[in-house]
Amino acid sequence: MSGPKRRRKRNYGTIYTLPLVVWFTLFFLVPLLIIVLFSFLAADIDGGVLPRFSIAAFTGLAKPRILKLFVNTIWVSLASTAITILMALPCAYFMARSKNKTMLLILVIIPFWTNFIIRIFAWKSILEANGVINSVLMGIGLVASPLQLEHNWAAVILINVYTYLTYAILPLFSTIEKFDFTLLEAAQDLGATKMQAITKVLLPNVRSGIVTAVFFTFIPLLGSFVVQQLIGTKDMYMLGNEINDNIYKYFDWPTAYALAVALMMLANVGLVFVMMSERKQARTLGARRVDEAAA
Amino acid sequence: MKGATIGISGITKSFGDFQALKGVSLDIRKGEFFSLLGPSGCGKTTLLRIIGGFEEPSSGRVEIDGEDILPLPPNMRHANTVFQNYALFPHLTVYENVAFPLRLKSIKRKSLDELVMYYLRLVELDGHAAKRPSMLSGGQKQRVAIARALINEPSVLLLDEPLSALDAKLRHHMLMELDQIHDKVGITFVYVTHDQSEALSVSDRIAVMDRGNVLQVGTPREIYESPSTTFVAQFIGETNIIDGTIESSGGRWFVVDAGGMGRVKVTDPRGYRVGDRVTLTVRPEKLRITPLGMAATEDSNSFVGTVDESVYSGFLSKYYVRLESGAVMRVFRQHGDQGEGEGLGWDDRVCVSWNPRDTFIVEGARG
Ligand SMILES: Nc1ncnc2c1ncn2[C@@H]1O[C@H](COP(=O)(O)OP(=O)(O)O)[C@@H](O)[C@H]1O
Ligand SMILES: [Mg+2]
Repeated sequence: MSGPKRRRKRNYGTIYTLPLVVWFTLFFLVPLLIIVLFSFLAADIDGGVLPRFSIAAFTGLAKPRILKLFVNTIWVSLASTAITILMALPCAYFMARSKNKTMLLILVIIPFWTNFIIRIFAWKSILEANGVINSVLMGIGLVASPLQLEHNWAAVILINVYTYLTYAILPLFSTIEKFDFTLLEAAQDLGATKMQAITKVLLPNVRSGIVTAVFFTFIPLLGSFVVQQLIGTKDMYMLGNEINDNIYKYFDWPTAYALAVALMMLANVGLVFVMMSERKQARTLGARRVDEAAA
Repeated sequence: MKGATIGISGITKSFGDFQALKGVSLDIRKGEFFSLLGPSGCGKTTLLRIIGGFEEPSSGRVEIDGEDILPLPPNMRHANTVFQNYALFPHLTVYENVAFPLRLKSIKRKSLDELVMYYLRLVELDGHAAKRPSMLSGGQKQRVAIARALINEPSVLLLDEPLSALDAKLRHHMLMELDQIHDKVGITFVYVTHDQSEALSVSDRIAVMDRGNVLQVGTPREIYESPSTTFVAQFIGETNIIDGTIESSGGRWFVVDAGGMGRVKVTDPRGYRVGDRVTLTVRPEKLRITPLGMAATEDSNSFVGTVDESVYSGFLSKYYVRLESGAVMRVFRQHGDQGEGEGLGWDDRVCVSWNPRDTFIVEGARG
């Protein structure tokens, strides 16, 4: 621990992280700044922005139509995320306990090899009026005329869940796989039912996987718009659709950017919420520790 | 006395084609410290898991206090387990780990706290209540697991090689503590181990197992001093094995013709008769080693040989003596004994002798 020796030992940490810093600055921070900057500029009539400060893009958001988009975005994203996680948890659990883990993993990943739009069209051909389901139902005489299976909330949420299930299963699988399953036996041994063992021992121990799965699902869902366009109706449009329309239809870039900023804030609210609950947990543990030390 | 009896009858367990338990029957008494002892893979854990409810037997019956418990799930059995790897909940503090069973019931905060602290004090961990399991040493984790298993006041505690992850010194200490805890709580302990010295030092009774069978049940003394099979004799410490045929009976002992080695006297024929082939065992520490020429008494078994090897190992010396027949006898001599055999070494001609009472027939076949 002599002085000169310590000084000779250089800290190369900054050098190692430099490429990452450059990468983030170029591809993340700069576009982000452009988005924020452009949202405070005035719109040019044929797209693009004028170099003039304006908050018109933001004030223009205070309309009932936009408010409805916010509401749609939040509840559809929340509902889809909740259903996705509830379905992914048992899937990931059985995959992690299975003897054919690799096989199941491949089966889960295979749909990824097909383009996202193609998969939505595949769903369309299942749900549409002369699609697979209706053909079967009419074929066996269960219904006389085709059922309306697309262009409703259920169809949008179904396809959202289908799309993000893999993103939720993968982080859950990788944490549950590391879980020591004898802990479940121990819990049952100590008086817990199977269900209590899962909720009181498994879930708290795979918390990090659940948080990751929620983010992998909820955040991309907030910005989604393709499913609503292809399977939903105009009534089901979300902020993503409005951004898309502002860029390509209305050529109103600042409004598109203002919406993007609003969307980011929305995503960050979720992030802060989770981080606060994590900190709160740490704090109560700390408090308990102090209590016990005093006792 | 607290605790319960455990009646195990005709338990078999197959994993596919492999039979892990081949018809195990045991009667474990109320409040007993009962050990299942056997080499790795003999089925001890499987048997314990069947009692705990984590494995279903292929056939057979398990009763606790006379009640058939096989239909009950683990959480309904009055048996708790101390798992081999402790299985502490990493997301909970020591306090919450021990409180876990109580939190599942509706117990008043105050009495919960009293109970948790009582059991933490029992295992001397009251000062570590707020720590996470990851911050504890192996011995401390072990004690958390014990406190947690005891807090439900089970009538049976199942322990699966609870000390195997500890170093030798700590293991001995924890074993003594376990013994004290057993005395304090007074419930039935079923203790699984592959270490014969652990089993011998704390058990009331031991069941020796091998390849899915129970070979012998008895007190440590019975198991050690009169093993019922060659396997038991060899598994429980070192021993000498002698094969022969019963040649004559009469007087105070039976005489076994051990081929080239000569004749060995036995006091207890264990039901075998003249002409039967038998296997004998005699413990190395029962043998005396003396320089040649010191007269052996008429009553003892005594043979002449040369010291092949002598090993000094602390409080005793081990001699490997080659008899004239070529057989090698192990002789242990504790230092501080009468001084006989002092100074004996390699190639010395010696006399090995023992009392016929210490020779046991462990196996035999009608001749
Ligand atoms: N779930 C299982 N599937 C297949 N074989 C098993 C299983 N559990 C145990 N065995 C086999 O049963 C035998 C007994 O195992 P075990 O009871 O763990 O032995 P011990 O605890 O005495 O070392 C071993 O040969 C082991 O390989
Ligand atoms: Mg075992």
